[in-house]
Amino acid sequence: MTGNEYTDIVKRHTSPNGRVLSILEEIQRKYRHLPEEALRAAAEELNLPLSQLYGVATFYTSFSLQPRGEHIIGVCHGTVCHVKGAARVTAELEKKLGVSEGGTTGDGKFTLESVKCLGCCSLAPVVSIDGSVHARVKPETVDELIKSAIPGGAPGD
Amino acid sequence: MTEGGIKHRVESGRDLQALEKKGLELLYPGRPRIAVAMASCGRAAGSGRIYESIGDELERRGLDASLVPAGCPGLCSREPLVTVLEPGKARIYYSGVQPADAGPLVSALAGGEVYQKRALGAEVEDRLVVTGRQIDLGPPPGNLGLLADLDFYRPQVRLATRNCGCINPFSIHEYAARGGYRALAEALAGDPSGIIAEIKKSGLRGRGGAGFPTGLKWEITAGSGHDEKYIICNGDEGDPGAYMDRSILEGDPHSVLEGMIIGAYCMGARHGIIYVRAEYPLAIKTVGHAIAQARELGLLGENILNSGLSFDVEVVMGAGAFVCGEETALIASIEGHPGEPRPRPPYPARQGLWGKPTCINNVETLANIPLIAGRGGDWYAGLGTAGSRGTKVFALVGKVKNSGLVEVPMGTTIGDIVLGAGGGPDGGRKLKAVQTGGPSGGCIPASLVDLPVDYESLTGAGTIMGSGGMVVMDESVCMVDMARYFMTFAAGESCGKCTPCREGTAEILDILDRITQGGGRPEDLDTLDELSRVVKDASLCGLGQTATNPVLSTLRYFRSEYEAHIKDKHCPAGVCRNLTVYRINPELCIGCGLCAEECPGGAILGRDDQPRVISQESCTRCGACYRICPQEAIFFTGRGMPGA
Ligand SMILES: Cc1cc2nc3c(=O)[nH]c(=O)nc-3n(C[C@H](O)[C@H](O)[C@H](O)COP(=O)(O)O)c2cc1C
Repeated sequence: MTGNEYTDIVKRHTSPNGRVLSILEEIQRKYRHLPEEALRAAAEELNLPLSQLYGVATFYTSFSLQPRGEHIIGVCHGTVCHVKGAARVTAELEKKLGVSEGGTTGDGKFTLESVKCLGCCSLAPVVSIDGSVHARVKPETVDELIKSAIPGGAPGD
Repeated sequence: MTEGGIKHRVESGRDLQALEKKGLELLYPGRPRIAVAMASCGRAAGSGRIYESIGDELERRGLDASLVPAGCPGLCSREPLVTVLEPGKARIYYSGVQPADAGPLVSALAGGEVYQKRALGAEVEDRLVVTGRQIDLGPPPGNLGLLADLDFYRPQVRLATRNCGCINPFSIHEYAARGGYRALAEALAGDPSGIIAEIKKSGLRGRGGAGFPTGLKWEITAGSGHDEKYIICNGDEGDPGAYMDRSILEGDPHSVLEGMIIGAYCMGARHGIIYVRAEYPLAIKTVGHAIAQARELGLLGENILNSGLSFDVEVVMGAGAFVCGEETALIASIEGHPGEPRPRPPYPARQGLWGKPTCINNVETLANIPLIAGRGGDWYAGLGTAGSRGTKVFALVGKVKNSGLVEVPMGTTIGDIVLGAGGGPDGGRKLKAVQTGGPSGGCIPASLVDLPVDYESLTGAGTIMGSGGMVVMDESVCMVDMARYFMTFAAGESCGKCTPCREGTAEILDILDRITQGGGRPEDLDTLDELSRVVKDASLCGLGQTATNPVLSTLRYFRSEYEAHIKDKHCPAGVCRNLTVYRINPELCIGCGLCAEECPGGAILGRDDQPRVISQESCTRCGACYRICPQEAIFFTGRGMPGA
């Protein structure tokens, strides 16, 4: 990763509207976090104070200064998921993955997150795995869910 | 784009008719048309596989049919949903379709039959709301009722969601065939102030939560003299439990674009932005596709429909912050700052994005605009109540039988929505409360089922309309836990800029945590009440000003439940684990052992057909045994109750 790669990303986003967000989103997607050098390079290229980018990077939950896992498991904790047992789903996943909410497994494979609401409330509780949403998740079957959603991705493998 | 059909610029009414004609051929082809509901909710329920399986079956049998994705028709709890339309026949809705159904469904279709096993209802006509035109499809099959007669659809009037589930959201032709872009063409031929007058007459109020009159907002923005102005569509939809905006963006993106273009004409805006939250990737993709299509046909860009109007739209993706739904925070976010609200005035209509006049409207608000521009303000105002005109989409979710999006005239009662369309709580339980307005709203007790749903009535009852979330709660839901849930949300989403919201929500959350864990003190209730009022009065933006509504409303209607938690250390719903003690009634226990199998902690002792006992030391109070017991022999009491 060279400063140039980051500069290229910055240059691709030309519209002033939402520019900082979309640049940081692309860096986050590509590198699974916002490396310090990326923030520095972007700030320089955009001619913005580094403190502003740091402020943005730490304000929004989509961004992370530490690397996230290869696969993101997001348990929805919207209102309906909450009343339909999302806490039990999270507890089971914490046990299976050996991390607590917000954490990443030691092998860097999984990050377990809590997400606000995926808008699939009629199918609660739902879990998103790498962006695709799975309906009516039961704590007892989270193992199978991960296995089927991520090829070769059984926790603890 | 990938669609066949009209490619050149649409410049006149004639070109628009060509678009419409092509769309009608797609919607009503001379062969069967199969549409699979593939919004996010459908996909979560597995509609992707259904779509593939049906495609495979059609190919295997060599059946000539068109297979398209559609948005969500609303009845999400019965997904995956599929509709089949054969020429000259009623449209059949199928629900709960599984991949294994693809074969029999296609073979029934090949034989001109209805696949009874999954059939839900029939539609005999299509009404194009924008034009008032009616298209007859054909007679219903003998043994299947009408979709419109189902409890779920009977009270509905679908205006904002008029095309959701019906058209292929990736087809601008199909949108045009339903009367789309006609209102725009008519509007561009007339005077902007005339349209604003119609919108004012319609009584439309913003559907994003605050309920500000849309016509007035447009008038103010139009009057803010400046050569550069913006119109922003707010698709941040942060209220957990509401998803109508997602459904409209995913199912009918052009309705929002058309609303924005009409707005641009009325207010003199050149730039449009649709701000969509990061959690909605499909909405972002669908809207992006629609923008590209509209641009290709010249419905966005320079000199739209030869009217001299130049306007373009781009999508900005949020990054996971509820407060960014607040309009000044949203602007800060687009400008590249943390999403912190600022005091108003100045209002965005005078000084918004990059300091320029900016009109911010919600997705559902904008989807209504083409209807009002097309059919007139009086027509729209004919629905609803005096203070709340038109319809509202509600996300009817939670402990309710039929769950999904319902669009009803304002003034429909809670009971007609929850017990009527929703069919009441699932599993025959008793209705306890209905929560509206999400984290900014409150809980209405079951005794208020006759309350009409409009802005004023809800506010009077201590809650708000908000964006239209309606979470149904039965006896298994603890109201103190609900208050704690919403405070956790608010405290986590408070941006931290103003002290009452930052410190107040954290302090209230501490108290609620303590109460739900068994450390509640008698004076807590007064403190909660007082603190909640301070946060409400002293916070900078709507987040803090409404964040304590869930606490205030539950204190108002469910005070005794708080008292049980504090005095008896008892959670009547059995939700708060620290307060709950599970026991087995030996007289009812048949010793089946199901509870022991279910128990994750091995806390259930006993053998053979002897009554079981729960070891209180190992019990984690998860309630799994309570839920599984076929004899209802397991019960719970409060920690501080006699016999516990
Ligand atoms: C904390 C907070 C969150 C909000 N979230 C949203 C939202 O997600 N979507 C929305 O349309 N409006 C939201 N609003 C309301 C907006 O500030 C604004 O009033 C609205 O977008 C205006 O559009 P309308 O007049 O069409 O409703 C929110 C307000 C507050 C205070």
